[in-house]
Amino acid sequence: MSKYLHVDIVSPAGSVFSGNALGVRAPGTAGSFEVLFNHAPMVATIDVGRLVVTSDTDERIEVAASGGFLEVSANRVTVLAETAELATDIDVARAQKAEERAVKALSNEPTSEERTRYEAALDRARNRLRVAMGAVGHQA
Amino acid sequence: MASLRDIRNRIGSVQNTQQVTRAMKMVSAAKLRRAQENIFRTRPYAYKLGELIARLKGQVDPALHPLFQHREETRGVLLIVVTADRGLAGAFNANIIKLAEEAISTRFASFRDAGTLRLLCVGRKGHEHFSKRGYSLVGDFRGAFDNVNFETALSVMTLAVEGYEEENWDEVHLLYNEFKNTISQNRIMQPLLPIPAEQFMTPVMEERDAANGSSLDGVGTSQATSEMDFIFEPDAGAILDRLVPRFLNYEVWKALLESNASEQGARMVAMDSATTNADDLLKQLRLKYNRARQDAITKELIEITSGADALG
Repeated sequence: MSKYLHVDIVSPAGSVFSGNALGVRAPGTAGSFEVLFNHAPMVATIDVGRLVVTSDTDERIEVAASGGFLEVSANRVTVLAETAELATDIDVARAQKAEERAVKALSNEPTSEERTRYEAALDRARNRLRVAMGAVGHQA
Repeated sequence: MASLRDIRNRIGSVQNTQQVTRAMKMVSAAKLRRAQENIFRTRPYAYKLGELIARLKGQVDPALHPLFQHREETRGVLLIVVTADRGLAGAFNANIIKLAEEAISTRFASFRDAGTLRLLCVGRKGHEHFSKRGYSLVGDFRGAFDNVNFETALSVMTLAVEGYEEENWDEVHLLYNEFKNTISQNRIMQPLLPIPAEQFMTPVMEERDAANGSSLDGVGTSQATSEMDFIFEPDAGAILDRLVPRFLNYEVWKALLESNASEQGARMVAMDSATTNADDLLKQLRLKYNRARQDAITKELIEITSGADALG
């Protein structure tokens, strides 16, 4: 037990994951990083991307997160994300629809603010798709 | 005197209505439970957000962030009004609309006259009410409560912040029904932008508020020593920049959830009393019906006996 991190992934829609883990890999704004046991206390921002939790039973748990924060203190890792979905929970059809919507909106000569918004939406949708696909094809 | 058939028809129609109100009450009860669970599920997020803010407090002064700055002159105002999509929820929608109109006429009348007052209505009812009365509306969030999701809160806040940064408005207020318990709601009007500093510092729970206030030196120091060692990546300022919008998104999300739960509660109570009223009405109608029936029988009997008398 003592060699494990306790990981909580929470979003406004609820807790997504809570459990012990060997490590967490996160898409930091300054580059991807991994938190392992006995990591120094840290607060980091993370981007839209894939979170990978290696659980205490050596399983890979993948989560699509849309930016947020990661906090480490005393071997507790807390990820705060505005949206976070387990790879196995992602609704691929919905993500695809969101992607199409964003692509279409971007082709309609949006204003610059609209463009940033739609690009962010596209980014999130593509991330969800990537993570969902990875879960299907990938073996731990 | 209404005829027997008339009364019978009335009874039938009241019974039908009662069936509908009873069903709506059941549906609301189920939805209310789900809405309450939703509120409950945001707790860990809110709690962690509060912790993070507390941690950053020692490093940077949040009051320097542009969204905290009070502007010298207020030229425009945005009100975010959260109503429901559907009616039949007692005074739920009327209450919040009334609150908005009161606020407009007492505090923001000059902006209304100058045309710099804008409204952002979440929920069909408020949208229709204010668009009919010629207010200038921002965005269209009709049907937001068909499927309450975080994206809605996100796009509401994106609109509000963009307009604020472009100085279309210099103040943003949020009006919604807060869920107190099933039968009562608090009507809340809270300033959103510029962010009131004290609200940001203690956004989540009153217990935390009290704990922080009373023991700034007691518990605070033991926390503070551990805080000193924190690595901030990239740095505290950048983290704050990202934290502030998320805090706002969370505030709006909370308002939507609270409003949603309140709506279901209000509807449940309204439908419950409608069902009871229908019961009372039915009782009276049945009494009337039976009296009318008795009268008719008596009349017929008199006719028969007097006919027999005349023959005999």
